[in-house]
This record gives sequence, structure tokens and C-alpha cells, in this order.
Amino acid sequence: MRDEVAVTKEPLLPTPSTPHSPGRLLEPLLSDLHRPGRRAFNLPTLDVPSVPLERMIPPPMLRKDPAPLPEVSERDLVKHFMRLAHLNFSGETNFYPLGSCTMKYNPKVNEEIASVAGFSKVHPYTPEENIQGMLRLLAELEQLFKEILGMDAVTLQPAAGAHGELTALLVAKAYHEKKGRPRHKVVVPDSAHGTNPASAALCGFDVVEVVSTARGRASLSALKSVVDEDVAVFMMTNPNTLGLFEGEVLEIAKLVHEKGGLMYLDGANLNALLGLYRPGDIGFDMVHVNIHKTFSIPHGSGGPGGGPVGVRAQLKPFLPGPIVVEQKGIFRLASPGPDSIGRVRSFFGNTGALVRAYAYIKALGKEGLRGVSEGAILNANYLKALLKGHYPIPVDEPCMHEFVASAKELKSRHGIKAMDIAKRLLDYGFYAPTICFPLIVEEALMIEPTETESREVLEAFADALIAIAQEAKANPGKVQGAPHRMPVTRLDEVTAAREPNLRWR
Amino acid sequence: MTELNQLRFSKTHEWLRLDAKTGTVGITEHAQEEISDVVFVELPKVGRAVRQGEEVAVVESVKAAFSIYSPVSGTISKVNDGLVKDPGAINRSPYEEGWIFLLDGVDGKDLINLLTREQYDQWVKGEEKH
Amino acid sequence: MNFVPLTADDRKVMLRKIGAASFEALLEGIPRAIPRADLKIPPGLSEPELLRLNADLAAENVNTRSHLCFLGAGAYDHFIPAVVRYITSRGEFLTAYTPYQPEASQGTLQAMYEFQSLLCDVTGMEAANASLYEGASALAEACGVALRETGRGKLLVAGGLHPEYRQTLATYLKQAPVKIEALPVKDGIIDLAAAQKQVDSQTAAVVVQIPNAFGCLEPAEGLSELAHQRGALFIASINPISLGILKSPGSYGADIVVGEGQPLGTDLQYGGPYLGLFACRRGLIRKIPGRIVGMTRDAHGRRGFVLTLQTREQHIRRAKATSNICTNEAMMALAAAVYLVSLGKEGFREVAAQNLLKAHYGFDRMVRIPGVRPLFKAPFFNEFALEMPVDPELLNQRLLKEGFLGGFPLKRWDPALAKGWLVCITEARSKEEIDRFVAAVRSAL
Repeated sequence: MRDEVAVTKEPLLPTPSTPHSPGRLLEPLLSDLHRPGRRAFNLPTLDVPSVPLERMIPPPMLRKDPAPLPEVSERDLVKHFMRLAHLNFSGETNFYPLGSCTMKYNPKVNEEIASVAGFSKVHPYTPEENIQGMLRLLAELEQLFKEILGMDAVTLQPAAGAHGELTALLVAKAYHEKKGRPRHKVVVPDSAHGTNPASAALCGFDVVEVVSTARGRASLSALKSVVDEDVAVFMMTNPNTLGLFEGEVLEIAKLVHEKGGLMYLDGANLNALLGLYRPGDIGFDMVHVNIHKTFSIPHGSGGPGGGPVGVRAQLKPFLPGPIVVEQKGIFRLASPGPDSIGRVRSFFGNTGALVRAYAYIKALGKEGLRGVSEGAILNANYLKALLKGHYPIPVDEPCMHEFVASAKELKSRHGIKAMDIAKRLLDYGFYAPTICFPLIVEEALMIEPTETESREVLEAFADALIAIAQEAKANPGKVQGAPHRMPVTRLDEVTAAREPNLRWR
Repeated sequence: MTELNQLRFSKTHEWLRLDAKTGTVGITEHAQEEISDVVFVELPKVGRAVRQGEEVAVVESVKAAFSIYSPVSGTISKVNDGLVKDPGAINRSPYEEGWIFLLDGVDGKDLINLLTREQYDQWVKGEEKH
Repeated sequence: MNFVPLTADDRKVMLRKIGAASFEALLEGIPRAIPRADLKIPPGLSEPELLRLNADLAAENVNTRSHLCFLGAGAYDHFIPAVVRYITSRGEFLTAYTPYQPEASQGTLQAMYEFQSLLCDVTGMEAANASLYEGASALAEACGVALRETGRGKLLVAGGLHPEYRQTLATYLKQAPVKIEALPVKDGIIDLAAAQKQVDSQTAAVVVQIPNAFGCLEPAEGLSELAHQRGALFIASINPISLGILKSPGSYGADIVVGEGQPLGTDLQYGGPYLGLFACRRGLIRKIPGRIVGMTRDAHGRRGFVLTLQTREQHIRRAKATSNICTNEAMMALAAAVYLVSLGKEGFREVAAQNLLKAHYGFDRMVRIPGVRPLFKAPFFNEFALEMPVDPELLNQRLLKEGFLGGFPLKRWDPALAKGWLVCITEARSKEEIDRFVAAVRSAL
């Protein structure tokens, strides 16, 4: 039986690069590749008359020496970045079970679509009548998000999830002010992502944290004692960061609404609800979407993303602009009304990313969207079942798209922390889960497989985690010293922070 | 060596050494262990008047930032600039080299709210049980 | 189409292992009062259908391939070397997450360290982060740093700042007790003498855009000096390409340099994703927003890179973080790094010089057209404002029919500039194209 697998032998899985001998550089810096006189790109020869620059620009404004950029050949440039590429794990090359990050497969057709000149080479100030295809796409995408979220209006402007949070909280603030009753508190559960309190503080709110129940849920009784008429917004992640559906969400919404507050859904975990439940039907008034999570935009080593925000009708006047409107079959950009919070960035939004999200939704359709959440939930529950008995699951109930295991026992018995397990997983060819989060679980391993992984991959990953648990008992030093097969071993973060070296000069 | 019995402690893990009306403040051995390698200390401005329990400094490790609260009221008269170059002094020598700031105009009455060494040790034991 | 690999057999085996009779059993904990979604969304499309749908939508959009672009105003049409797209489309970069496990992310981390270094080289600054969203929010973040750093409550913002940047700044600071004052514009640029009276001991920062929204070059050096005389920070929002020939803000004492990095190898894409540039002097590194990569060593002494100074960030400092940003624009930062090194020291100077020369060539030809006058006398880089004898919107419609994407009608920003037309000419336009454009304008008037 699978559960009896007891592997302690060295994994034989591909690693991104063979280990190097101590002291040897993995890849030189670009500045080390510099050879004066080399070029990787040549401009057409100047075809307008050459005039001394001083005739056009006052000499004190001109540089004396060119910016000291490295000079390399195109061949060396490509080699450099390809060698760097090979030092990375990625969603494409490795299983990437990073909890709450939804590292699903990124369809290649979306990249092809987004790179068409009719999308990729459109200037943001092109007259509206000459970009009707673009505006129609954006208008339809708004409709699609409204339908998926069960909301009445959507802004596509925010550039990322945290930017969406900021936008939504400013909208909430403006809404309460308009009602003549400014409110200064935002309530978040202690399991919340760090962005929630950070966004609230940035908008000038006081942040109130409430403790979760033993079952990892927001506590209705704890909320009752803090939700008053000064609470502007209750920010909730549902399913929460433990991958659990907030069973009392309707009662919580009732409580918050009775006091005149707003319910905000952090859409980081929307992959669990897609096509199954709509935030608008669960009592939420506002929600942000991470299109780089749920809607398959590649995460790009950190970005770009997109953070559309959906709201109920009463909040629509406060959304940022511009907005796409249709007049007699013609799509136009319109300024939002006088109550709008204003812009949160320049230009329309991360349109290049939105085009990919549009393609994704159109490809999936109604059935495909529901297939996403069903697949994600099934995969997470299966992986959890495979790990049961090997790792404690603090709240062992059917989960949604992710679950949290704990290394607490391994730590107390063998001195193996979640961090050690994460590092050892790299040796086995798997990226690590999110670790040490949520804060309410000791030595947390937050695992999100996503719907696009096959059963075989989940089983191989479970085997690796089980093998590591065995190693922890038999040879803890091996796990504590991991990774052994990566290009570098653990890095000295203390010196990095004490004496920051942030550039090559 | 600092005679620990002469220090007073707060429940938020600061120590205070009072010399007439001047108090020296740092964090305890227990606190530096919990924090692990200190990488940066955000020092308060000299001349700032602070109240007992007010947040005045931040001690950072790689993965966390800890607020330092003034154990008594007073005026910041000096800060330990050495910590800018050598924040690890807090780990090496929390009661000597790793002091953080001096307070002037301290009222001895404020000490009522602080713990003796024994009381602090008990408090730490109690916290660990949770 | 769907991307779920689970077969009917897989599902059966998996449910059995889970101990659930059906998929529905996994949802039993969810209150029944919550309705199931029944989305009014049509069935999914196959790949060929999807490509056709999107090709049809794309075909309706005027773009810089279908038309010759003379439009800028904050987003610019430049040559993008083929290697930029190649490198940024590699899955090893494109489909990785934020490098939280440095041992398995050295490629991304080194590339971001190199981006930071290159940005420092270009701006003359001592440190940079690994990117913010785009130019306007980067400026707003910089102002936030200045307010916290100085503890003061007034921002002096150039009147010639791009209006969308000004609006974004106002949104970001709506809740803060801050006074935002404009530095009045005279003949396209800030009047130094007038500015002198506005900078006071309550000024947190003097905020300037170079070139400004009208394409003009501000007296940056004098403004920097003015700010520092009163203990205020000097924040410069720059067009990075212009720094191929213009003095770096670091050389005249800027405290923070921000800007729109789109010109460095990122497509126009109807406004985003672009690249928020953020560089600063070293003393500010623990107060700035965004991810920062640092160089360090591993246990064997090998050089390696990590995300550093993370205690500034939301996942650690939560409500006390310097910013809430987490997802940034790493792929655009990578594009910028590849772009800058493709050109190198000489190429970067040359691209800037070509922008300047071609824009001035076009300007000289344009003002010879009867009825066309320059709006300002200030020096400019690759963009210049003209007063046209006709409504620029109308002119643009005529030019579109001739295959040109005309300049920006300034009345959209300022009704007083009803006939104002902001024309941009980059290195991507040939002399022959500029000549044709000028001829088309002449005959359209």
C-alpha cells in the first residue's frame, strides 16, 4: 500500500543544475561579462541630420559620461539569462504547491493571443472609436467577472491583489463618508494574509484582529464583541487560509450588515469557489480577484498580476475610473461620477494581463469554470488523505482547494522545522509549500495543489513528504542541512540584512 | 557584569537600570533568544519625551520585527549608535553592549509597574506554558 | 477547453482514498442556505475558436504595427530587441512565483539584483527595489516615504506632472493629513523664483517629472537644491530613456527617483502591465516599499541572492508595513534588464540621442507649417507641444485615415489648451516616416 512507502534513499529526481564546487560562481554577473565595444542590439543608422546635443539641451542638463551599462554580445546575453533560467524552479518545470498562491498551469494559447499586435501594441491614448475590439473585450470581461462574482459592478484598474484591496478599502471609506458616518475600524481574522492589515492601515483605518476558533474559523462570538458601528469593513478570506470554508459566513455577514459595515472577500482563494459559489451569494459586498492566481495569468517570478474588484450596486459610484460604457453600440471610456475615489494608477489597467484572463474564461466556459474548483478541491482532499497519519492536520475536515499540515511533532521530537521540510522538498524536485503561515498554526505547511496537477504528481509529492518524515527520524541532520542538490545551500540572510549588498557597484 | 538583581523588567521583555533619575533600557536575554539574530535596530530620536508603555524602538531579525516599549516615562537622552553598525551586540551582550537608549527625568514611582528579576523569570515561565 | 487532467478513473480512486462517496460529500460542511452558482456564461471554446474570437477583436484595434505612432504622453513606442521577448517568455522565469525559496530561485534573484544594479547605473542612485506597479503609483509610494521620513505634511508637486499621476497621488493620500500644493508652471516648466517662496519647513518633498507631461525639461538641479535647503526630499519621476543623455538625478542629489519603466522593453499593451521604477539613496533603504534582492553567501561560501530587508513588508510587519505591495512587475523588470544590456553603454546613449535628434528634426519641420506654433520654449527630449490651427482631435481622425497615430490632444488634460497637440517622436520613426507625417499634417490642415 502507498501509505507504507518507506523511502530513505537519495532522491533521483532532476534538479535545475548540478551542484558546483565551493567558491565557484554559478553564473557571473552581467557587469563581469562587460567588454567595451560589444553590442547585442544595433539601432538603424541615424538618418536625420546629426546636430550637437548642446544645441538642443542646455549643457548643464547633459551627462558628461554615458551611464556605465555593461556591454555584451547578443550571444553572451542569451547565454547568461538562459543559465539563470536553468537555476530556477518554475510552475512549468516543477510541482509548485505554494499555498494561497494557486500556481496552476498557464495555458500557452493565452500568451499567443496577448502577443498579437492588436492587443500588445495598442497605445493607451488611441482614440476610442479606433479600439472597439479592445474596449468590447474589456466590457465583456467586466460582465464575466460580475457574473462569476455575483457582483453589480467591477473595476479592472488595480494592478494586483493588494492594489485591489487598497482600491476596495478606499471605496468603503468613501461610501461611509458619503453616508455621513465615517468609520475608522477594519476587522480582520488572525489567519488573514498580511496584505489585509497593511492595506487597511494604508487607508488610514485602525486594524482590529480577532482570534479564530479551534476549528480554524472566524469566531462569530469573538466578532460579536468587536463589531460595532465604527467598523467600516470586515475582511475575510473564504475559504480561509487553512483551506476551510467559513461555515458561519452568513451569520457573520448578518452581524456586520446590521451594524452598517461592509463585508469584504479577499479573493486569494477564489479558485475554490469558481463556478460553484458566488461571493455575492455568500453575503459579501466587495471582492478582489487575483487574475494571476485564479485566472491563470503566469506569475512571472513575482508579477505582473491583476486585481479587479467587484462591488454591490451601492458601492458602484465610488469605484475608480475610467470605466468602459456602451453608447449606441459604441464603446467609450467615461469618467466615473463625482463620488469616485479617483484613479489608483495611470492608464486603463494591466490590460495585457486582462486579455489573458478573458481568453481563459472564454476557453473554460460555464462547465470548465466549475471544473476548476471541483478539480482543485478534489486534488487538495486527495493529497491531504495521502499525508494523513504522516503529518498532523490541525483541522482535519474536508478542505477546499488547500489544506494546512503541521511539522509541530517533527519539531518537538526530532528538531525538524517546517523550513527544513521545505528545503528538503527542493532536493526531491518539488517547490515548497507556503511555510509558517497562517500564523495560527505552529510550523505550518500550507499546501495548494491546484486543479491542473495529475494524480501521479500528487502521489509522488506525498511520497516525498513521507520520505522526508522518515528521514527526519533516521537522519535528522540530513533534513536540517537541506537542500543538498540545489545550486546553493541555505543562504546567510542575517548578513544580507545587516550589511545589505543591493547592487554591483 | 551587570547585577541582574538590580534591574527591573517589563512584561514586554525590556530591562531598566535606574541610576538616580537616568534609566538605561535594553531587551532581556530571553527576548534576544526569541528574536534570534538581530539585523537592525530602529532607534528613537534623542530629545523625544516618552510615556511608560509607549512604543519607542523596533528590533528586527530576518523574519520578524519586534516593538520595544519604554518601561518608564522620561525623555530620550542618548541612543546606542553602536547598534547601527553592530546590531548583533544585542544578541551577544543584551545587558551591556546591547543597551538601546537612555532616559532622563525618570520618576521612581514608575517602577511600581515593573517586575523584579524573580517575578520576571516567573512571568517568562508562565508565558512559555501557553 | 479545460486544463484538468483528472480522468473518471482518477476521480473514483481519489474519492475512495478520501473516504467520500461523491464529490458532493466534500461540500457537506458548507451551509445549504448558500445557493449554488448557475453561471450565465456560454460553454467553453476550443483553441481554434478562441484564437478566431480574439483575432477578430484584435483586428479592430489601431496599433503601432497598423499605424505609425507619433503618440506618447506617458507611454512610448520604442524598438524592442527580439531577445527581450525571448528571455521574458521563458517558462523558467515566466511561470515561477516570487522567489520565496532562494535555493530554487537563484535565476530570478540574480536577474532582479542585476535589474536593481542597472537601474542604479542609469539613475545614479545607490539602491533600487525590484519594481512597483507602474509610474504613477510608484510616485505615490515615493511621496509616502518622504512624508514618513520627514514627519512633515506638505508636498510640492510640479504643475507639469502627468495629470494621471497627480490623480493617483491624490487617491493614495486621500486619507492622510497632507497638503498637496502645485508648483505653478510658466512657459511649460516650473518657475524657480516662484517655487522658492513655496518651499518651507513643512515641505516633505518637492516632486518633479523630467521630462514633464508637456515634454519639457524642468530645472531639476535648481529644484533639488531648493528642496534640500529646507530639509525637504527631492523626488524625480523620470523617463528612463532620457537618462541616456541627461544628467542622472543622483548626480544632482535626488533622494528618490521613480518613473515609468515601460520604455525599457515593454510593449504598449493599452496601458499595462508596465513597470514602476523606484530607486533611492542608501539611507532610505529600510523605509521603501517593494521587494529588494541582496547578495550574500551560502554555508559553503558560494555567492547567492536572497529577498532581503523583508521586515518592511506586509507579510511580516502587517499593519505597520511601509506599503501593502506584494505582487510587482518582475517580468517587466526582467525585460528592462535585458533591454538595457542589449544596448549597453554606447547603445543606451545612442538611443537617447536618436530620440532627441529625431524629435527636434520633426519639431523643426512641423513649425514651418503655416499656423503651427510651439506652445512652449523650454527644452524638450522626445516630445513637444504645438498649438495647431485646428482641433487636434479632428486632425487625429484625418491622420488615422492616412495611417498615422497622431499626437495627444492636450485639451483632454487642460481645456485651456484647446488647440494643444503633444507630438512624440522616438528612435522607432525613420526620417522618411517623419517627413511623411509632416506632409500629412500639412495637407490635413
